Amino acid sequence: MSFPVLSTILFAPIAGAAAITFLPTTAGSTIKKVSAASMGISFLLSLMVFFGYNWQTGGMQFVETLTWLPEMGASYSLGVDGLSAPMILLTALIGFAGVFASWRVDERPKEFFILFLLLVAGVAGTFVARDLFLFLLCYEVVVIPIYIMIILWGSSKRVTKEYAAMKLTIYLLLGSAFLLAGILMLYLNAYPAGARTFSMEALAKAASSGALSPEFQKFAFFFVMLGFGSLLSMWPFHSWSPDGYAGAPTAVSMVHAGVLKKIGGYGLIRIGLLMLPLGFKFWAPLIAAFGVANVAYAAFIALVQKDMKYVVGYSSVSHMGYVLIGIAAADVIGINGAVANMFAHGVMSALFFAMIGHIYHATHTRHIPDLGGLAHQMPRATVGFFLAGMASLGLPGLISFVPEFTIFVGSFKAFPLFAVLAIAGIILTALYVLRVLADVLFGPRRSEWDGVHDLHGADWVPLVVLGAFLIGFGFFPSLLMDVVNSGIEPLTPLLVKIKTAATLWGGL
Amino acid sequence: MWADFSLHHAWLIPLLPALAFAIISFFLLRSPWLAARLAIAAMGTAFLIALGVVWAVGSKGITVEAPFVMKTVWFSMPGLVASMGVLVDPIAAMMLFVVSLISLLVLIYSTGYMTGDPGYARFFAFMSLFAASMLAMVIATNFLQMFVFWELVGLCSYLLIGWYFFKISAREAAKKAFMTTRIGDFGILLGILFLQIAFGTLDFGELAVKVPAYVQQNGVALLTCVALLLFAGPIAKSGQFPLHVWLPDAMEGPTPVSALIHAATMVVAGVYLVARAFAIFSVLPGAMTVIAWLGCFTALFAAAIALTQREIKRILAFSTISQLGYMMLALGVGSLTASMFHLMTHAFFKALLFLGAGSILHALHDKADIFEMGGLRKSMPATCAMMGIAVLAIAGIPPFAGFFSKDEILVAAAHVSTPLYIGASFTAFLTAFYMARLFLVAFFGEENPHNHAHESGLAMLAPMGVLAVFSIIAGIVPFTMGFGDWVRFGPAHHAGIDWGIASASTLIALAGFGLAWAIYGNGARRSDAIVKQVGVLYSLSLNKFYIDEIYQWFNRNIVTGLARVLYWVDLNVVDGIVDGAAQKSGAVGNILRRFQTGQTQHYAALMLMATVMMTLILAITAGAVAGGGKI
Repeated sequence: MSFPVLSTILFAPIAGAAAITFLPTTAGSTIKKVSAASMGISFLLSLMVFFGYNWQTGGMQFVETLTWLPEMGASYSLGVDGLSAPMILLTALIGFAGVFASWRVDERPKEFFILFLLLVAGVAGTFVARDLFLFLLCYEVVVIPIYIMIILWGSSKRVTKEYAAMKLTIYLLLGSAFLLAGILMLYLNAYPAGARTFSMEALAKAASSGALSPEFQKFAFFFVMLGFGSLLSMWPFHSWSPDGYAGAPTAVSMVHAGVLKKIGGYGLIRIGLLMLPLGFKFWAPLIAAFGVANVAYAAFIALVQKDMKYVVGYSSVSHMGYVLIGIAAADVIGINGAVANMFAHGVMSALFFAMIGHIYHATHTRHIPDLGGLAHQMPRATVGFFLAGMASLGLPGLISFVPEFTIFVGSFKAFPLFAVLAIAGIILTALYVLRVLADVLFGPRRSEWDGVHDLHGADWVPLVVLGAFLIGFGFFPSLLMDVVNSGIEPLTPLLVKIKTAATLWGGL
Repeated sequence: MWADFSLHHAWLIPLLPALAFAIISFFLLRSPWLAARLAIAAMGTAFLIALGVVWAVGSKGITVEAPFVMKTVWFSMPGLVASMGVLVDPIAAMMLFVVSLISLLVLIYSTGYMTGDPGYARFFAFMSLFAASMLAMVIATNFLQMFVFWELVGLCSYLLIGWYFFKISAREAAKKAFMTTRIGDFGILLGILFLQIAFGTLDFGELAVKVPAYVQQNGVALLTCVALLLFAGPIAKSGQFPLHVWLPDAMEGPTPVSALIHAATMVVAGVYLVARAFAIFSVLPGAMTVIAWLGCFTALFAAAIALTQREIKRILAFSTISQLGYMMLALGVGSLTASMFHLMTHAFFKALLFLGAGSILHALHDKADIFEMGGLRKSMPATCAMMGIAVLAIAGIPPFAGFFSKDEILVAAAHVSTPLYIGASFTAFLTAFYMARLFLVAFFGEENPHNHAHESGLAMLAPMGVLAVFSIIAGIVPFTMGFGDWVRFGPAHHAGIDWGIASASTLIALAGFGLAWAIYGNGARRSDAIVKQVGVLYSLSLNKFYIDEIYQWFNRNIVTGLARVLYWVDLNVVDGIVDGAAQKSGAVGNILRRFQTGQTQHYAALMLMATVMMTLILAITAGAVAGGGKI
């Protein structure tokens, strides 16, 4: 067996967290360095995985398998394909950037970084797991640190941070409960007792072999959809997202909006589409409709927000609408776009939150009317904020244009009307992005911000690493799209089968 | 040799200024002197390559039907292949020449104009990126590539219009430019998507074959809608009614930016897009009619507004809108040649007008009202002379450049429709009038004693001189060299002067001059009496027909209003249900309340809750599964 790259990516942050437990609370800078080193290892290895992934051959690569709980059919098996390779890179990238965005956390740094590293490890686990049991385990690991981190290090204005934390946690738990129900149903029905397994490949085979009746798939998918949908902030289960992000400390917002949310989209494809294809077909129109609601509704609301984090929070809900529509299109092009857009949105929203975090740290306010003209005092943060804003409105040459365009092509075929409504979202997006850019960065110099610090030292890291991906993948989209496509193109036979299968709407 | 090299390396033309942008942004922001030199060197080299390309087109017999094409895959997946490449044909070559030349001249001019600006180096970086985006758009081989750089052109104009970002007006103008063009982008994106799905390609060459075939089979109805969606982009970008509102405000940027936006980049992008996709538009008579009439109306409408404006750059901005209307009109009546010809001549004299305006503003410390200038011919003789050439050119006096291109448009319009011809001719009359008004009021009459105007330096005058030469010869030289044999769509267009139309248009222009002289000549201000006579018309024109106010009302009341309503719904309905549900269920409520004290052991409570819920769900599920999975 070769070097276990994926396990190292997964366990480097855990090892880092373990090492930090032995450090005294006062050793703030050592704690940060250990965190940076452990996330750095993950990041470097994930770069290796992403760029080393052979997309011409495709399939599961870097696989690792250990028997774990054979009596349940659960195993410790890891691997990445074209769908998960971008996600694991995204996780490590944002985790790495998040450590540096938290460089100025001086309140209980020990607990903060332990929890943060566990959070990132949990998220990473969901993307490399080839076993549903492992997937669920990692997902549950994620919930607790987030809750505590919001309570202890969070900040909020509109609602208390306790409320935000509770709301987010309840949604996540409710979502995971639905998910658990859906997955257990699948587990129990796919194979007879004794042959049951949590292996994702095997479960996907069960569906294609016809072991799961259309009615069952329809029923089970509903649970999976609610679980992953609320995780992806699908309308109307989205309201935890703006409150949660606003309450959370910067790095948690980055990880949450950047990658954790994406488990929802990832799961809808990996579990919903692959394991319950007919259920997927049945619910896809509803997902698309909710997606359109996400895009338009949240974009409108973002227009009138006064807190920067709420703007980005609603913006993130809006962008997830594109992901939902792309997935629901049930078309190689649409799903390619959806996956790529998850990556793109992750990078962009992490950069947004990092810059907002910096501005908040320097000015102690996120209230847009109180800010203005920051380009005078913070030209570097302005560059980062501006880049994130431009990526958010889908500027060509930055990371999100090609994924969005691809989603539009894919969904225009499947749902022309929904697609047109969603594309109209580009106007609203531009409206709120330009408004926040103008009101925060530009305008007359305000003397009260004259002394504040611009980005310096560790603050550069999120801007540089996230910005590099923002621009690099923007100008060379095939770096991302080829990998994604190698995971999605093999779904063609399945998607054709879904298209031709009798619709279930009559059987409702 | 050079021609051959240039043709095969035409991608260097946009790449060089793009590299200049990158190098300045990363390394030279604190070295303004070097930054300016680098930007100019890159642009100059690009211009030389563009010259080589023009030469290659002539010497190698590259025609519209047989363009030179190179391309590479940008990204691909089953059913969607996007490429980037270089398409050189006479139309593109002409554009490369015009855009790189004017960009180069504007950059040189800026070394003088921008002296002392704290963002000097950054300015040259942005201007380089602006030119690079436009040049890359010009050589696009397909709609997606064109759209990519089309958007980057938009980004640069946003950055440059908002250059003085500390001014609220500049900030808002930049936002407005971006937003207005975004509305057009929505249309163009839909059009592109339709083409991609219907034809499986966005390549101009392939579409030129597939679209006429499609029309023969399926009729024009659907494609006409698609073409009009595509046309929404040019409406916004090229300032056609009713999306012209951003263009006059765009003068908030430094004057060299205005010159670049109005002459060589940004606004002509829309005209160029229609020309590039002429194979689609020209087979759709319905779309062509819309383009022609909208162009004609815009020409007339903007000229009517220009009559009463007082700020020099604002007058020129409305003049640009009006001239763009001419170009659209020419396309709409089927004469790509006339449109491109006018695009070229207009680029030279409009750049000259803006650079001249910049020279004045520089001398008067940004005093922009022409009625506060007065008598500048004495203090600024060179600027005055060159502005005079530009005024003659735009008014269409022979043998200046504008005469030839305007004549082509008028001839083409007269062939198709008399009302269009009359509209275009009347616009010519208004154009001559308002340009003469500007010139007479600013340069003649009494000198304003408060102005201590002085002539600009060589860095500013030299580029103006080059443009002045082109404003004289850019009409007659291409005309005699057979411009229409190269830049055309369909059979070669043998240009000849229609003496009837030519003499009529010259007389019309002279009449416009005469009227302006009668009102403003010799320092007179006989306009007040006229204003009294036509008060309503005057205030309509002065207030730009209140189009801005209509948009503002819509944005403030409808868009923001809807946003507020939805936000209320989100807080009170969507969230309300969640909160209500949470509070009504006692167990959750208790946990919630205890959590809000922030004191109990979070772990335990959370785990308890999770367990309870999971057991609950499991019980339900087990029941369902036991029941055979049917509910």
